[in-house]
Amino acid sequence: MIEIENITKRYGEVEVVSDVSFVVQPRTITVIVGTSGSGKTTLLRMINRLVEPTSGVIKLDGRDNRAVPAYELRRHIGYAIQGHGLFPHRTVAQNIATVPVLLGWEKDRIDARVNELLSLFQLDPATFGPRYPHELSGGQQQRVGVARALAAEPNVLLMDEPFGALDPVIRAKAQEDLLAIQKRFGTTIILVTHDMEEAIHLGNRIAVMDEGRLIQYATPAEILAKPATPFVETLIGTGDRPFRLLSLNEIREAVEPGTAEGEALPASATQRDALAELLWSGREALPVEADGKPIGRVTVEGLIRRAARPA
Amino acid sequence: MSGNRSRFDKLGVVIAAIAASGVFFAPFATFRANRIVPGEGRTILEALPLWAAATLLLVLALATMVALLRFPLSWRLGASIAALAALMLLIGLAANHLTPPENTYARVAPASGFWLLNFAFALLAADSLTRLRLGPMARIAVLALAALAVTAILYSGSWNGLSILKEYANRADSFWAEAAKHVTLALGSLAAAVVAGIPLGILCHRVPTLRDGVLNVLNIIQTIPSIALFGILIAPLGWIAVHVPGAAEIGIRGIGTAPAFVALFLYSLLPVVANTVVGLAGVPPAANDAARGVGMTARQRLFSIEFPLAFPVILTGIRIVLVQNIGLATIAALIGGGGFGVFVFQGIGQTAMDLVLLGAVPTVALAFAAAVILDAATEMTALNGGQAA
Ligand SMILES: Nc1ncnc2c1ncn2[C@@H]1O[C@H](COP(=O)(O)OP(=O)(O)OP(=O)(O)O)[C@@H](O)[C@H]1O
Ligand SMILES: [Mg+2]
Repeated sequence: MIEIENITKRYGEVEVVSDVSFVVQPRTITVIVGTSGSGKTTLLRMINRLVEPTSGVIKLDGRDNRAVPAYELRRHIGYAIQGHGLFPHRTVAQNIATVPVLLGWEKDRIDARVNELLSLFQLDPATFGPRYPHELSGGQQQRVGVARALAAEPNVLLMDEPFGALDPVIRAKAQEDLLAIQKRFGTTIILVTHDMEEAIHLGNRIAVMDEGRLIQYATPAEILAKPATPFVETLIGTGDRPFRLLSLNEIREAVEPGTAEGEALPASATQRDALAELLWSGREALPVEADGKPIGRVTVEGLIRRAARPA
Repeated sequence: MSGNRSRFDKLGVVIAAIAASGVFFAPFATFRANRIVPGEGRTILEALPLWAAATLLLVLALATMVALLRFPLSWRLGASIAALAALMLLIGLAANHLTPPENTYARVAPASGFWLLNFAFALLAADSLTRLRLGPMARIAVLALAALAVTAILYSGSWNGLSILKEYANRADSFWAEAAKHVTLALGSLAAAVVAGIPLGILCHRVPTLRDGVLNVLNIIQTIPSIALFGILIAPLGWIAVHVPGAAEIGIRGIGTAPAFVALFLYSLLPVVANTVVGLAGVPPAANDAARGVGMTARQRLFSIEFPLAFPVILTGIRIVLVQNIGLATIAALIGGGGFGVFVFQGIGQTAMDLVLLGAVPTVALAFAAAVILDAATEMTALNGGQAA
């Protein structure tokens, strides 16, 4: 659990983070969104004490983060820096191994971990391990940066725009990988992004920041349904709102009794995907199956009802 | 000229001009009846037997042609090597040819024409090597081959007739002793400057208020002429020799090696400190930030991130210092500090140019070799650092 209590950061006269408080539950993903310069990075860096707050307290599992030396604290908090921050004079493998080496892991264990992470991020260990960062594409560098942050299996992972430089295909893949990793290790993740779509897709909760202030801290559904201010509303993009709402839920929850013609969709598909398929093929209804067995159907009418603003 | 592509190579025109003036308007060798009388110039035709003169002129003419027209790089390199080799071998022959039999007083030395020709084709060689873009290892190999070739000629004795080697023959023992002193002075003061300068540079990087002060003081030291610096050092070192027990025993005196060493050390500090500061300032902020982010202590960050990334720049400073010190160490002879300068200043005193050359030629060769080796080393560390991009 990460408790952020009345955190303020001032640079000279300028307050870049103003009295922010929120609690991140263990084993969840919290996404911080906001315009450029709204203090997202500063807030994130106060958690691992790369920035010292002017006032306020941050507690990790109930302990003040100033209770241990800063370098000790940082070795147990993964940090994927904005940009990628790879060490240019070290190979990809050495970069990923940084924290395990600092923690004194054995060589075999480090090698195994490096290979595991490279494979996880679709980078062939034999090809990419010995390369230097400047021999990678921007997207590959970014994935290595995330792999380095994950290397020592930290309980807490801070990620500053980790997928910014990835193309949509790799980006979607990286997001799925992150969700899988988070499920597998139960990592608590705080992730900064500009991309509302990404925030809704990944976040258990979303923290919206504007000019250093925390405007709203809520689940994606709540943010979509009841944006706290006009600013949050602009951020969501009102035009996409119904579709974003549909994208939060699987069609399993929208199944109606009955049958329909054509190819079936799996129950785990999102309601948005189902609606898109229906509109595109000009049909009224689609069969839905779970574990290969038909369980009913979804209809355009039913989905449209679910896309309406919740009461 | 039509278009931007002339039929002649631009550098080739320069080389041809230099070579032509070397052949037609300057003597190839100088003959003197003894080592201190003024010499008389001898042209290639006068200095060499006819067959040798003809061979040399032919080789030079062909090499000049290759330089002048747009031949492939490997041809240009081959031509320059052939010309240089012919010059090297035949100057020894000229010495034997010009010296009357049984005469041990006569002196034959290379003259301005020989040096001009060497310069012209060394230029061609250097240009071809640069354009071939040799890797650092290959450049060191070329240097080693050149050194080997010169050593082989020296051992073969074909240069023994030359005045500079006659001077050497008279001073073989002291030559190597002074050589050792010269190298010790240059390398020793460099080592001291590295040991003191790098930590000082790190300190300046960490404490910005210190930086300007330290760099200004070192800058001022750099501008003090060496003779003046020796003068300034006489008093304090003399005082130390008298008052600090044991100081005189280890050779600290107002004159001699000690002030020369201290002066070279002081001159070396600025490049080492300044390059350390610049190198550390050039470390990418993101790398530094990430190093803190992963939980490195200040020490770990310095040794495993900042220092390795700054190292190529620091090495450039060390290269400047080494080349500078090899040259400056010559001055040490003025205050009894030894080194190749001993021959230079004795030679000037006796108006014996050959003796001056005995001191100057090895100094220049050493400085040149040091520059090539350290340039290659700098490039290699930069490559390993993955900073080629
Ligand atoms: N060290 C510093 N000194 C002074 N001002 C700073 C410093 N670091 C950040 N700021 C200012 O604080 C504000 C917030 O910066 P921060 O990096 O947290 O923004 P951000 O929300 O991460 O923006 P982006 O989305 O562009 O990364 C900015 O106006 C920035 O100029
Ligand atoms: Mg930021």
